[in-house]
Amino acid sequence: MNELTSNELIGSKDGIDVVSGLPVYPLGHHEPRRADLDPKVAKRAERQVATMFGISALSIIGAITCYIVVPNDKLVYIPPIGPVNANHVTVGVLFGLGIFLIGTGAIHWAKKLMPDVEVTEERHTYTSSPEDKAAFGETFREGKQASGFSEFKLIRRTLLGAMALFPLPLLVFLRDLGPMPGTKLRETIWAKDIAIVTDATYRKIRPEDIPVGGLVNAVPANLLDVEEQDGNLNARGKASIILVRIAPAEIVSQQGEGWDYQGILAYSKICTHVGCPISLYQQRTHHLLCPCHQSTFDLADSGNVVFGPAARRMPQLPITVDADGYLVAQSDFHEPIGPSFWERG
Amino acid sequence: MALSRRHPAALFAVLFVALGTTGAAYAAVSTDTAPKASVASATQVDQGKQLFLEGCSSCHGVAAQGSSNGPSLIGVGAAAVDFQVGSGRMPLAGPNIQAVDKPPVYSEEEIAAMAAYVASLGAGPAIPSDEAVDTTNADVVLGGELFRTNCSQCHNVAGRGGALSNGRWAPNLMSSEPKEVVEAMITGPQNMPVFSDKTITPQEKKDIIRYIQELQKSNNPGGADLGRFGPVTEGVFIFLVGLGILIVISVWIGAKAR
Amino acid sequence: MSTVTPTNNTVAPGGAASWVDDRLHASGGLSKLLKKVFPDHWSFMLGEVALYSFIILLLSGTYLTLWFKPSMTEVIYNGSYMPLKGIKMSEAYASTLNISFDVRAGLLMRQIHHWAALFFLAAMSVHLMRVFFTGAFRKPREMNWVIGTVLLTLGILEGFAGYSLPDDLLSGTGLRIAEGIMQAIPLVGTYLAMFLFGGEFPGNDFISRLYSVHILLIPGILLALVTVHLIMVFYQKHTQFPGAGRTESNVVGFRLYPIYMAKAGGFFFIVFGVTTLISALVAINPIWLYGPYTPSQVTAGSQPDWYMGWLDGAVRIMPNLETNILGHTISWNLLVPALVIPGIMFTSLGLYPWIEAFASGDKREHNLLDRPRNAPTRTALGVMAISFYLMLWFSGDNDIIATAFHLSINQITQTLRIAIFVVPPIAYKVTKHFCLGLQRKDRELLLHGYESGEVLRLPHGEFIEIHKPVSLEEKAVLMGKADIAPLPAAPAIDANGVENPAARKEKARTRLSAWFYADNVAAPSAQELAEAESHAVHGSSHEEISAH
Repeated sequence: MNELTSNELIGSKDGIDVVSGLPVYPLGHHEPRRADLDPKVAKRAERQVATMFGISALSIIGAITCYIVVPNDKLVYIPPIGPVNANHVTVGVLFGLGIFLIGTGAIHWAKKLMPDVEVTEERHTYTSSPEDKAAFGETFREGKQASGFSEFKLIRRTLLGAMALFPLPLLVFLRDLGPMPGTKLRETIWAKDIAIVTDATYRKIRPEDIPVGGLVNAVPANLLDVEEQDGNLNARGKASIILVRIAPAEIVSQQGEGWDYQGILAYSKICTHVGCPISLYQQRTHHLLCPCHQSTFDLADSGNVVFGPAARRMPQLPITVDADGYLVAQSDFHEPIGPSFWERG
Repeated sequence: MALSRRHPAALFAVLFVALGTTGAAYAAVSTDTAPKASVASATQVDQGKQLFLEGCSSCHGVAAQGSSNGPSLIGVGAAAVDFQVGSGRMPLAGPNIQAVDKPPVYSEEEIAAMAAYVASLGAGPAIPSDEAVDTTNADVVLGGELFRTNCSQCHNVAGRGGALSNGRWAPNLMSSEPKEVVEAMITGPQNMPVFSDKTITPQEKKDIIRYIQELQKSNNPGGADLGRFGPVTEGVFIFLVGLGILIVISVWIGAKAR
Repeated sequence: MSTVTPTNNTVAPGGAASWVDDRLHASGGLSKLLKKVFPDHWSFMLGEVALYSFIILLLSGTYLTLWFKPSMTEVIYNGSYMPLKGIKMSEAYASTLNISFDVRAGLLMRQIHHWAALFFLAAMSVHLMRVFFTGAFRKPREMNWVIGTVLLTLGILEGFAGYSLPDDLLSGTGLRIAEGIMQAIPLVGTYLAMFLFGGEFPGNDFISRLYSVHILLIPGILLALVTVHLIMVFYQKHTQFPGAGRTESNVVGFRLYPIYMAKAGGFFFIVFGVTTLISALVAINPIWLYGPYTPSQVTAGSQPDWYMGWLDGAVRIMPNLETNILGHTISWNLLVPALVIPGIMFTSLGLYPWIEAFASGDKREHNLLDRPRNAPTRTALGVMAISFYLMLWFSGDNDIIATAFHLSINQITQTLRIAIFVVPPIAYKVTKHFCLGLQRKDRELLLHGYESGEVLRLPHGEFIEIHKPVSLEEKAVLMGKADIAPLPAAPAIDANGVENPAARKEKARTRLSAWFYADNVAAPSAQELAEAESHAVHGSSHEEISAH
């Protein structure tokens, strides 16, 4: 391979230097600025810069004043933005303006009043001289020799082994970050006869409360107790469901015989793709759409995937009514809810 | 980001477009008052039937029994008519397209007549009374909680609407009137599911409306809201306006002074 | 040089400077530093925007830590934002509301922090494009390119961590997705998710864990790498565009002190000022509208910040492939878009300088930048990559596009599934064609000058148009073009008639090299240029013109 390896000056042709084939043209003629020629222009530029710095100082003082004086709980109407927090907008604009003007002032100063003749600086070569390289190699070899690193094979090998092991505890010590998965991803707090209640208002639901085309965002009746006990929202993240009522004639299939109650179907609310809660239920098409990645499920047909990146159907919760006529679960879900995981199978 | 190195003027053009687009986001919001519901009479029902036969029966069938072009209207109630016709969604330009909010075609009396006729066909939700949409004692906090649980998945947390499957969408609620909101919840227009009075009580519906009214104020403590579509508009803004401004200034800094 | 002229240059520095020098022997080095020359070009400021945004982030972030409580403990909100009063929420969310409504200038600081984060990543991305398209990553700057790639990756992670901390509905949804993707990792995914979250999602621990990553671990690494990045720029000196007086072995521009310092220092204030003004006037992430995170709520238009949009987009358009092997689930629908594609993208980005050097066999140092047209294949590759990225980004915005233009989300998704394969090659072809056209135009200009529009009648009756030669400055720009010839094919049989075992590898390399450089339009040679000039001088451009 004939590789290009250097970029030294190759020669000079007609007064133009040639570096590795590239001609070099001399720096062009410098055009003086008006401020260089006319002291009045220079004076004006000086005034402009000073004005910017001056207004900046005033703005900053204004920002501090507004911080103290302007109430933080009042909205002012600023067209076309609308009602804005008075303290926020006054402090912010004045502070921002103060900062901004320091910048424009400095740059205006540099552009108009500081010399604008470009200067040339030679670059140093990046690579070291052969002598330096050789000297370094020699030093390195000497050190290696003196340590006996290549000589004492046993020391070398045991050292390498020890060095490889020493970070391991740091990884092992991370073990107590969290519990083992166990069956956590396979179970929810739904169980036989647990009542279905409305989310956010926690009322039991009768079948006749849901008309055809209706949707209810629901949770298990024992959710609040479990949340209280666990002190977290984990149970909610798995047990949230939606109830929909579809005219029985329009139900093509469901995941289990008799899992509905008179056309009321309960599905997990947690997307099987990556776990967003979904309740974008379109009652005419019976489609359930995920707002995160647009996976679409047909609730009239076993919650099967009809579009999008989700690979698995929405799990259905078998439901029935209790002796008092309220909707309850027949059991827990029959498959893991939510996103897939390696051990899911 | 393909900003030309040689034509700084292009940057101004980009900036201009960006500012224009942002400005367009502030469309004015109309606040017409809703027509009042009235009590049905026999003549009203007849008048409504006449109007129905002329304007609606081609899709919904001569006896409102429904056809392949439109659903049955038996049992949908006066509220459905008041919502669909009163908001201009019906009559629809053609079957199987999404109905959009537009100026109503019929007068208030005509709508009331049609509502009375449809209500006479089978029991269904009635037009909500003024009391049902009176939000003076409503709980905005519970309303917000219910809104985020039941509404935001389609209409977005700020009520600005969102996309549904196959070109359908959940509308923006910024100009929705309280009565329309209640009617939509109890009748389930188009693809919207029904939220019955048993699962979300009339009082809770008022709470939700109270929260929607809060959203409709469009209070923006932190400044212009960029349409409240979320982080996407913020990202577009940072490139077109934010970096745009800084690049224009960079060009100024790099340019030779005269 | 008349630039820096102290009033009395025989006087040694006194006072503080002398005090420091007495202890650090700094004068020699410092005076060299102050005299350092930086070239001026607007595109060199993009990296500065990123640097300054980073400084603004450190400043505003420190403010926020004074009030933010990184805790998932549930509290009842009792602050001044009425529509959330009395609601149960995490301390993290409650303290973010507190910063937004009850701490004066707190909302300003929060918005400065968030806008600066968007600026930081936007500026880094555009800076990366500038470095790529001008070939500034070539020897000797490959190390800095790799550092830049790492900075970008860490910046994205850091941004996502920050987006997740307030524990509002949007950040919780983002974390839920991140956890779902983690679970999809074969073998270790479930354990990884369980350990990081301290159990199931959302758990009680994640916000405080993420907090230490966001304010200590990643910023620490970023700061260290930014420092090295800058030291290398200083030490290796900045690259410059070709032009009059500029060579591979010099740098033409302004000295650090005072001009560059005034300009760069001033620009810091401009970036800070613009960020503050935007933060005062334009809202970002109004967390109070989203409400506290709960795993049973969601909003239409759930989106990540822009720098994660492409990743989310990849996840959105991926077909729903999943396989079950021996009781184990492999979620291709997540592994491919969320791990494989970003892995390939960032690895090839980091390795690009070596890929190109392999194709060119070019071992020279490059301090003069390429004009993008003069590296047509590289430029076309870059535009292709950008178009690929944009397709992913659009995919991430498919619901917003559908809402804004009343289009079908399904059709947008289907279209993008095809476009992701179709658009980038077209972008490549078009860009390359365009670059080669510009190269030919440049060559024409050098050889024949500008068409002046003046027509001359020659003595024997023919009409010719007078061409004006390009100026010396322009010539310097147009000729500042390091043409690279494709590597010659290695002989399959060596000099002794023995089959060359390396020939196959070499063949691939020559093919790659030809793909990169074969259709390059070379600049005129010195001889061609001289000939053209002599023609122009003698006014007998007749043959030249009829030859075309």
